[in-house]
Amino acid sequence: MSVDKKKLEEGLKKYQNQQKKLSLKYALLSAAGILGFLLIWQAVVKMGLVNEARLPTPVTILETLIYKVSNESPDGSVLMVNILASLQVALTGFLSAIVIGIPLGLFMGWWEYADRFIRPIFELIRPIPPIAWIPLVVVWMGIGLQAKALIIFFTAFVPCVINAYTGIKLTNKTLINVSKTFGASNFEIFYKVGIPSSLPMVFAGIRVALGNSWSTLVAAEMLAASAGLGYMIQIGRTVARPDIVIVGMVVIGAIGAILSGLLSLCERRLLKWKVNR
Amino acid sequence: MAEFEDNRPLKVEVKGLTKRFGDLLVLDDLNFNIRKGEFVCVVGPTGCGKTTFLNCLTRIHMPSEGDLYIDGVPADPRKHNISFVFQEPSSLPWMTVEDNIAYGLKIKKLPQAEIDRRVNRILDLMGLQEVRKVYPGELSVSAEQRVIIGRSFAMEPDLLLMDEPYGQMDVKVRFYLEDEVIRLWRELGSTVVFITHNIEEAVYVAERVIILSNKPAHIKEELKIDLPHPRNIADPKFIEYRNYITDKIKWW
Repeated sequence: MSVDKKKLEEGLKKYQNQQKKLSLKYALLSAAGILGFLLIWQAVVKMGLVNEARLPTPVTILETLIYKVSNESPDGSVLMVNILASLQVALTGFLSAIVIGIPLGLFMGWWEYADRFIRPIFELIRPIPPIAWIPLVVVWMGIGLQAKALIIFFTAFVPCVINAYTGIKLTNKTLINVSKTFGASNFEIFYKVGIPSSLPMVFAGIRVALGNSWSTLVAAEMLAASAGLGYMIQIGRTVARPDIVIVGMVVIGAIGAILSGLLSLCERRLLKWKVNR
Repeated sequence: MAEFEDNRPLKVEVKGLTKRFGDLLVLDDLNFNIRKGEFVCVVGPTGCGKTTFLNCLTRIHMPSEGDLYIDGVPADPRKHNISFVFQEPSSLPWMTVEDNIAYGLKIKKLPQAEIDRRVNRILDLMGLQEVRKVYPGELSVSAEQRVIIGRSFAMEPDLLLMDEPYGQMDVKVRFYLEDEVIRLWRELGSTVVFITHNIEEAVYVAERVIILSNKPAHIKEELKIDLPHPRNIADPKFIEYRNYITDKIKWW
């Protein structure tokens, strides 16, 4: 028995080592991909195939990035201030979309009355592109944080509602019946079965919402801002500094990836029961 | 149809149970009784309304006419302790094995100490102690089904309904789980209604078999299986029962 166990443990260790090696290999491959892309970019610009005034090299961009960490020119704020300003706008809109959108979707998906009552309004509002709200939002709220956050809210709200709605609609009927035969009330079934079973879809919705809100940022900051990554990009365009524009883009991309990674972490913790058999 | 001599008290009375879906008559005036602690199998041809019958018992569907009484009172999942093992796997994937087993007990708001006691007992009986903290998705399908069966028995139900619980399993696993159900049934004294289209399975587990006709289903015959457990499927008497029921179902 103990010999068997030892053998098993040895086998497991071997397997884990193999897996580690494999994942290291994959990580190296990914890094090589990015590096290769940057090298080609650098080479193309240096060889004069593209005018350097239009497309700066990766090295220049890195220099500008380092420069922006401690210098305010040309847009008037250091990089960190811009990042924080953008995060504040994006997260305000994003989080309020989650707090309002997901419960709304869940209620609509579970209670027929709520569905019939709310869905027509929702379906009318849904196809309106978030940017079309900008003029109205300016009239309502001016150009402050609230106004920008509201634009972001509109882009994040729709996927939250739709995914929560679809997720809870897809709840396995058998699981509902199991709870019914145990004598659970409808509300009990809603929060004990409906909500947990909708979570994978809800997370997918949050992911889309996060992407939307981060990518609408530039548009929202066009509303007139005094700081922010979108604002920095605008200024970069105005003063014809493509390196500033690209630094803004890169930082937006990187922060987006970090936020998405954090979300994955949450998802893995909350959905650790989800196993593909 | 002779009443069998059985002095256990009546647990379930089904009186004139009829179910229509629109024009479609599915169940036609079913009448029978189930005694406390009895193990009854319902067999019938595929599509004859076996599942509809069970769904009426649990009030997932309301009967069109007639009714079902438990201890003389119309059945009500809120009042009675009914447990259902469905055809499809029905464990809650986001709960661990022990939480799954405790699920119904928590809905019934039993005291925590009692929940712990029963969960532990079922984990012991089903040999699931080692995987109590594991999620159902990490188990094999047959182990998951054991969790579901354990969950139903943990309720110590007035009535345990099983709807072809082993439909999707191979022969070996099926016999194993059938033995398991019989063991739990004897250990806990639950009243069981077991639905299947597998005649061998019915003869293997049941004390009494109710044979349904083709749709619209009515009761063709009630048959007492007078064999001791554990049963031997090669026993001539066993085969006789099996052939008899097969003929009854074939003959329409």
